[in-house]
Amino acid sequence: MHVISLGAVDLGLAAFLLLLLAATSFRIGLGLEKRMVISGVRMTVQLLLIGLVLKVLFASSSLWLVLSMATVMLLVAGYEVWARQKRKLSGARGYLISTVSMLISSFTVTFLALTIMVGVDPWYTPQYAIPLLGMLLGNTMNGVALASDRLTTELYNQRSMVEQRLLLGQNWQEASGDIRRDCMRTGMIPIINSMAAAGVVSLPGMMTGQILGGSSPLDAVKYQILIMFLIAAGTGFGVLSAIWLISRQLFDNRQRLVLDELTVVKE
Amino acid sequence: MKEALLPSPFPDQEKTRGLRLCGLSFLGNGPYSLDILPGECVGLTGRSGVGKTQLLRAVADVIVHEGDCLLDGTACSAVEPPVWRKTVAMVPAESFWWYDTVAPHFAGGMEQGQSLELLGKMGFPADVGTWRVSRLSTGERQRLSLVRSLSSAPRALLLDEPTSALDREMVQVVEEIIRDICRKKKIICLWVSHDREQLARMANRIYRVEAQMLVEETNECM
Repeated sequence: MHVISLGAVDLGLAAFLLLLLAATSFRIGLGLEKRMVISGVRMTVQLLLIGLVLKVLFASSSLWLVLSMATVMLLVAGYEVWARQKRKLSGARGYLISTVSMLISSFTVTFLALTIMVGVDPWYTPQYAIPLLGMLLGNTMNGVALASDRLTTELYNQRSMVEQRLLLGQNWQEASGDIRRDCMRTGMIPIINSMAAAGVVSLPGMMTGQILGGSSPLDAVKYQILIMFLIAAGTGFGVLSAIWLISRQLFDNRQRLVLDELTVVKE
Repeated sequence: MKEALLPSPFPDQEKTRGLRLCGLSFLGNGPYSLDILPGECVGLTGRSGVGKTQLLRAVADVIVHEGDCLLDGTACSAVEPPVWRKTVAMVPAESFWWYDTVAPHFAGGMEQGQSLELLGKMGFPADVGTWRVSRLSTGERQRLSLVRSLSSAPRALLLDEPTSALDREMVQVVEEIIRDICRKKKIICLWVSHDREQLARMANRIYRVEAQMLVEETNECM
């Protein structure tokens, strides 16, 4: 069985549905029509471009091309995590921490999956490496960004309480312990919940795609299970490292809370 | 470095008992220098915003500063920060509480040391540990915060307006308790207050904090 190729007319019809919605939005004064159309166009262009890039990549299967593509993806993910924080560590350090956390959450886990679990030969075969990495980056990014954002915000908002605990002779780990644990939970709970809901409430996208592509449902399910475990583990370790790295930066070597390392939020 | 007081490498400094501020400067203030003997209480006053609280925070080493503090010849920079802050305990003007009830905030438990005795003197019943923090009044918080800081048996107390939320009778009780502790246990006291009369009652010496120095106030000025 081979996947049925979609023609321009098919996609056009789907786009027409969105245009219909845009027209309705205009009619009832929602004011969303412009954003709807722009987002739709952006999505189409970006995906077509990445399709072309992947086509070239799959045809060449050179290690260097795959690695450079992966690096670009990682750098963008690191930037996204950094940019999503309201109060962030200023300068290159903040960006570096986000990128290192994404490296831990996605790169290492993808490499492990490619070499040991999937065992594809060569391990960097782009048909496996790039989609796996993309799935992991995209899904672990949310957890890491959520936890990092929460940590800097909470330490800022509760700075007097943290300082009170320091004044009572607690070390920095104790003084920030509740806050750090809270942020780790915030980062990990969404993926834990989505594991619990998988298959009952939601049919995950990757599995759906594989089934549409002609894989047997059981094969698709096995891949989905693999991916879910990898995302959960990656998110967890990414969150842990982000929290650890950021809090190390916010306490100096004399265990003082130094919040002037954070950017100032303009109202 | 677990012990609170390390033997000094300089034998002549062994005799330097008490708390010494050596050229302490921070945020454009200072350098401040001051010697306080064991059991002595020094009052600090000065206009609002001049940096009295920041001075206490620098002594407690919770803000970045130049210069150093020595307690009985041991430099703050030579001791682990938590050890220093337990030994030189700052009681901030506004106290913070993070558990639901009072008792868990006392690191060694409320039965340890003389916490219960002090609380009794301040008019708290024995079950104060089970009280909900959210229902404490400002004055109750202030008294509990003082006892909480004393529970780690500090050698020096840095008090920031410690009786600002108390009525006149309770002010007397708290002053009496602190005077008693300082005298019996030779605890050093650095007391920030706007109330000159209180400082006159409590302090052996009074200094006016200026941006660049400490100016000793003589009795005639007051």
